[in-house]
Amino acid sequence: MTSPNQPRSFQEIILRLQTYWATKGCAVLQPYDMEVGAGTFHPATTLRALGSKSWAAAYVQPSRRPTDGRYGENPNRLQHYYQYQVIIKPSPPDLQELYLGSLRAIGLDPMVHDVRFVEDDWESPTLGAWGLGWEVWCDGMEVSQFTYFQQVGGHDCKPVSGELTYGLERLAMYVLGVEHVMDMPFNDPDSPTPLSYGDIFRQTEQEYSRWNFDQADTEMLFQHFKDAEAECARILGAAETDSAGRRIPMAHPAYDQAIKASHLFNLLDARGVISVTERQAYIGRVRALSKGCADLFLTTDAGGATA
Amino acid sequence: MADLLIELFSEEIPARMQARARADLKRVVTDGLVQAGLTYASAGAFSTPRRLTLTVEGLNDHSPTTREERKGPRTDAPEKALEGFLRSTGLTRDQLEARDDKKGQVWFATITKEGRPAADIVAEVLEDAIRNFPWPKSMRWGSGSLRWVRPLHSILCILSDEAGATTVDLTVDGITAGNTTRGHRFMAPDAFTVNNFDDYATKLRRARVMLDAEEREAEIRQQCDNLTFARGWTVVPDDGLLSEVAGLVEWPVALMGVIEDRFLDLPPEVLQTSMKEHQKFFSTRNPKTGRIEGFITVANIETPDDGATILAGNQRVLAARLSDAAFFYENDLREANSGMTAWADGLNSVTFHNKLGSQSDRVARIAALAREIAPLVGADPDQAEQAARLAKLDLRSAMVGEFPELQGTMGRYYALAAGHDAAIAEAARDHYSPLGPSDEVPTAPVSVAVALADKLDTLTGFWAIDEKPTGSKDPFALRRSALGVLRLVLTSSKKVAFSSVLPHPFRRAEADRFINSFEDAPLILGSGISKPLLHSIESWNAEEPLSSFVRMEDENVPHNDRERVVAQMRADVLAGQPEKVRDLLSFLHDRLKVYLRDQGIRHDIIDAVLAQDGNDDLVQVVNRATALNAMLTTTDGQNLTQGLKRASNILTQAEEKDGVEYSYGADVKFAETDQERDLFTALDTAEPAIKAAMMSEDFPAAMAAIAALRTPIDAFFEAVQVNTDSQIVRRNRLNLLSRIREAGRQVADFTRIEG
Repeated sequence: MTSPNQPRSFQEIILRLQTYWATKGCAVLQPYDMEVGAGTFHPATTLRALGSKSWAAAYVQPSRRPTDGRYGENPNRLQHYYQYQVIIKPSPPDLQELYLGSLRAIGLDPMVHDVRFVEDDWESPTLGAWGLGWEVWCDGMEVSQFTYFQQVGGHDCKPVSGELTYGLERLAMYVLGVEHVMDMPFNDPDSPTPLSYGDIFRQTEQEYSRWNFDQADTEMLFQHFKDAEAECARILGAAETDSAGRRIPMAHPAYDQAIKASHLFNLLDARGVISVTERQAYIGRVRALSKGCADLFLTTDAGGATA
Repeated sequence: MADLLIELFSEEIPARMQARARADLKRVVTDGLVQAGLTYASAGAFSTPRRLTLTVEGLNDHSPTTREERKGPRTDAPEKALEGFLRSTGLTRDQLEARDDKKGQVWFATITKEGRPAADIVAEVLEDAIRNFPWPKSMRWGSGSLRWVRPLHSILCILSDEAGATTVDLTVDGITAGNTTRGHRFMAPDAFTVNNFDDYATKLRRARVMLDAEEREAEIRQQCDNLTFARGWTVVPDDGLLSEVAGLVEWPVALMGVIEDRFLDLPPEVLQTSMKEHQKFFSTRNPKTGRIEGFITVANIETPDDGATILAGNQRVLAARLSDAAFFYENDLREANSGMTAWADGLNSVTFHNKLGSQSDRVARIAALAREIAPLVGADPDQAEQAARLAKLDLRSAMVGEFPELQGTMGRYYALAAGHDAAIAEAARDHYSPLGPSDEVPTAPVSVAVALADKLDTLTGFWAIDEKPTGSKDPFALRRSALGVLRLVLTSSKKVAFSSVLPHPFRRAEADRFINSFEDAPLILGSGISKPLLHSIESWNAEEPLSSFVRMEDENVPHNDRERVVAQMRADVLAGQPEKVRDLLSFLHDRLKVYLRDQGIRHDIIDAVLAQDGNDDLVQVVNRATALNAMLTTTDGQNLTQGLKRASNILTQAEEKDGVEYSYGADVKFAETDQERDLFTALDTAEPAIKAAMMSEDFPAAMAAIAALRTPIDAFFEAVQVNTDSQIVRRNRLNLLSRIREAGRQVADFTRIEG
């Protein structure tokens, strides 16, 4: 893996993916400015997978999974990491080929590696969403999730979106031949100021792991969960026309609250204060919010509703 | 005659679905062809990750023209009737024929159905098959509405004969059938045309696709053997993995690697499970050390570097996985060494069932039951109880959290690490067994005690909360638990009288159900009644003093509250319990019937035995049924059954008629014939012999003793008329018949035997 075509840093892999999907016609978006558990939560995926309008977007999404925090010690696990997300609606017939092209772009030649599509069905109970697809294996390692969305927010996806999710750290570690995520070059190792992943994130992993597991104020988190839930319901229930008589349903602001509730639930889960039986109930509450947002989005222009 | 070739080319079909899909494609298409009037010589179905293929050979070119004659109304029937007939046949009046029938002239219609070309029928049948294919899960893609397991890309459908191949005219949701396919995704991606099945298979092979899953399996096995042979190792056989891997590749290329030394101290089961579940690797064993030291991965491609990059990549992924496993194992061992108390506490927070409490409630019940069962199966009660308390602790270990299928296996390692006896550690491993009908059955006494307790707790628990299996629904796999109980008892040949064993676990399950039925369980417990105390109570008789189940020293609880709670518990816990015990026992009997039927013992024979006393000792039931079954295969046995039934019938009729029971007082001095006297003599010999044999549970001897009655009984019925005019003689003979009936009843209820 030392040919000149090989990327040399984490950011180069991201840049190559950005360029590749831009040339394939995707709108290259920026990360969503809220705490989410996965790139799927970005409204550019969740909401835009709904309705009849065509859509093509690609973006990096910083993602947080508080329970995966390991104080920066585990070579593969992080509570904050990056996903690369591609969503195209309707899913094009050559999506698998497009995907394989993106692997070539980052230096994984399928003629030298063993690339396989292994059954893996995707389901998000909090989004009321599911799809069929695969995890893509490269030499026995899962490098991406490949999903054809069938339902989101309880609605059938028509047309169907094709979603690709790359776990960027794991993929990059493999491409760059790095054993511990913290040792991975973030920028070019020959730069005047070479920075490793650890230079940037080791300390934050420690800080957040401590906060997530030991310090987060659970009383406050419970309250915030209730607040987000109430605000979401209030927005969904608000009159569709404003004081000036314009019809403006507020699907996105409502969905922001659903995202908040979902992340607060993850934080509470990491603090170990949600019992097994309560868990299901909380997931159901978040799902109800997501579903309400999906219902409302479908009545909007972006949701394909004809006025 | 023509040959049909169909290929449905799609994105990757899940490996686990391929075998079913092959069979379904073959069934659905050939059934459709036959229903449409075509016949064929043979058919075969194949699959790779990207294609489902069907070849049908020797297919008719046309379906036959058929003529059907249908009888209509009489010619003088009302016009309405004739109109209806014309409508139903699709004919006009001038096409009908009037014929003479028994009662005058009747219209007859001859309906001719022209044969249709095979291509038309194939197109219809295939479209229908694609649209209604029974995938366990299917999906839509793009803007279409067609459903398939993953996006369907192309359909190949040709009919071929000596003259050449024709493409069947068919379009399904924008996919038009053609005569082309593609080879391996990377090594030969271009499309090519095919003329017939042989041509197809040959060209596919050239394009680096092995069509036949069986051939791929054989190839993988061969390559694995070659790789290991070179090193003097062996492959750990795993047929399930082999067929899965064969469903993941079109062109198998096996590559062998070595596990790094630093991981070789992990238990072999951990290595094997991690490699299999996460990586789909085969394990290879070094016979010199007996350890698993290597792995084989099966790639889907031949590369210029002969797989070096692929192997290096797999090796790295494996190292990361095994580092995780090693980390879990070290942490777990540390906990095991310190007594596993954190795990025991942890079981408190795991719900077993919301009506039956936590896993630790369950463990408490199993431990108590294992202790009770231990003497019956030759185990030490202390050891059995201790093993039961340890058996489920590994559920809280990190390793079992990662690999649930290692439950029990890890339990053994951790119990050993904690310094427990091998017998206790093995019980931790084996107490889940047997799981399936062919699973190995534990025989070590401590293991048997805990395994039985585990399953009986499951059964009594779900019986207590009325979650019995109904019809095809058995969400808690209770039939499997019951079969496990049977196999444990039968394999170890231990006498377990279930009607006296079952009330104990029932009472504990009922007590837990009772506690959990309260929203606020602490309130009940606050009355001074503790869970272990509830479990330990021997009897719930109302006469029992209150002090035996309430901690009287707890002065804070008012006496009245205690009495109220105890009264409520008595009523609730005891209600319906004998009924539930009977019901569960009859469930075990039902499973036993199924089990014995599979062993070739007839239903009625088991019923004849189950009708007897002592039917709660399943070993005895089986021994009796086996002996009875053996006897009934002899002529003596069959005739004896007839004789016994005859005796029983005559007796029953007489008893009904006379309104008395003939059961005592037969006296040889009233015998009129030699045959009668002979029967008395024979019974005098047989009765004590049967009794002694039954007492010592020597059922073959009991059968032999009763079979000896066959000749005298036959001779008796031959020579003697039971219902004679002399009331004394008649009564004597009836009483004699009653001795025959009783002799039979000692052994089995012969009236239930058929034929």
